[in-house]
Amino acid sequence: MSGVRVLVGTRKGAFVLTSDGRRENWDVSGPHFAGWEIYHVKGSPADPNRLYASQCSGWFGQMIQRSNDGGKTWEPVGNKFIYDGVPGTHQWYDGKPHPWEFKRVWHLEPSLTDPDTVHAGIEDAALFRSQDGGQNWEELSGLRKHGSGPRWQPGAGGMCLHSIIQDPKNPDRMFIAISAAGAFRTDDGGETWQPINKGLKSLYIPDPEAEVGHCVHHIAMHQSRPGVLFMQKHWDVMRSDNGGDSWQEVSGNLPTDFGFVIDVHAHDPETIYVVPIKSDSEHYPPDGKLRVYRSKTGGNEWEALTRGLPQSDCYVNVLRDAMAVDSLDSCGVYFGTTGGQVYASADAGDNWKPIVRDLPAVLSVEVQTLA
Amino acid sequence: MIRVVMPAHLRTLASFHGEVQLEVQGTVTVRTVLDALEAQFPMLRGTIREHVTQERRPFLRFFACGEDLSHDSVDAPLPDAVASGAEPLLIIGAIAGG
Repeated sequence: MSGVRVLVGTRKGAFVLTSDGRRENWDVSGPHFAGWEIYHVKGSPADPNRLYASQCSGWFGQMIQRSNDGGKTWEPVGNKFIYDGVPGTHQWYDGKPHPWEFKRVWHLEPSLTDPDTVHAGIEDAALFRSQDGGQNWEELSGLRKHGSGPRWQPGAGGMCLHSIIQDPKNPDRMFIAISAAGAFRTDDGGETWQPINKGLKSLYIPDPEAEVGHCVHHIAMHQSRPGVLFMQKHWDVMRSDNGGDSWQEVSGNLPTDFGFVIDVHAHDPETIYVVPIKSDSEHYPPDGKLRVYRSKTGGNEWEALTRGLPQSDCYVNVLRDAMAVDSLDSCGVYFGTTGGQVYASADAGDNWKPIVRDLPAVLSVEVQTLA
Repeated sequence: MIRVVMPAHLRTLASFHGEVQLEVQGTVTVRTVLDALEAQFPMLRGTIREHVTQERRPFLRFFACGEDLSHDSVDAPLPDAVASGAEPLLIIGAIAGG
């Protein structure tokens, strides 16, 4: 029977939530790596039992963990992330040059076809790849050496490479995004990269239409339509219909166009989801009401989804990697909050229920649809 | 035999419970002890000292025989009591963080 496995990274460990296709009753396993920050856990599309987790701590640094049995058992693999060559400097908060320093792995993106190949997006921003199941890592340094690196700068959360999207129809094409540099694309398997930020307008930077410097929070793509990208920028929800060559704003009637997550319905590439957040500095839902907004028109026209979500006194945040969808017949949508709730909807967002409500602050949510 | 006591999180990471006992060749120093520790438990590489610089991670300290040895040279001989195995080298995590 089909089922789902929800992989949750939190400030104090990882949790694995499993259910059958009805998605009514859940088994909760964890905390795995208790006490450690788990920025991200993701499964291989080519082998669902192969999982990778980014485990880090202020005391002991970065670890990468690997599971070959769907998260029941784990083994530490390689944690050596060494920049290629002399990494140079990027901009610091005060505008001065600051040396590139490895801090942590934000996002792990397994290959679509090979369980042993996995990409890592790190802070300070760079892209790494392992081709031996996470034992050894090498930087795809064409990104950092694009030439604009000295103008990249950290967002409040650090200068992180947080989004990695592989084109299922073209293995040489990949998209990444960095806070606060913007989005980039490679068309040659990661050798060279170009910024794809035309159309973004960020009023909080000196040149609002600069080639780089935009605080992109997350990007998403539907597997069937790799030329169409959706973006939640610091402010503004954006859409590109030409693989990032240009973007237009689709914030439409959202109550605020600030937010972190964005995702696409598994079966309808024009249906997208965001969670509007009040900003700057507050970073909680407007009016204390936790609302997912859904657009069935690829943006501009949005409806609030509230059934089952708290509609008063709710002041949590939903961080950039904390939303995911399953691909069961009625698409499931999931998101986690900094208050420790993981909400699930088994009907594409119409109705919501918490799977768990008292975890540590949720950093990431990924979903595997199991045969 | 050199004795080493690690923080609980590193014992979990190494899947090892209790005090580690190591054979160390040559002079017993922080560096030679950590080299032997990482050889026995490769997953600890990068967790006590940085991969590239080999600097002690800032939230960890080294103690032995009631003394804080964290700021001594890593190539300084450790006390005789550590070299003889009478006393352990303690790797201590800062009581900090949330």
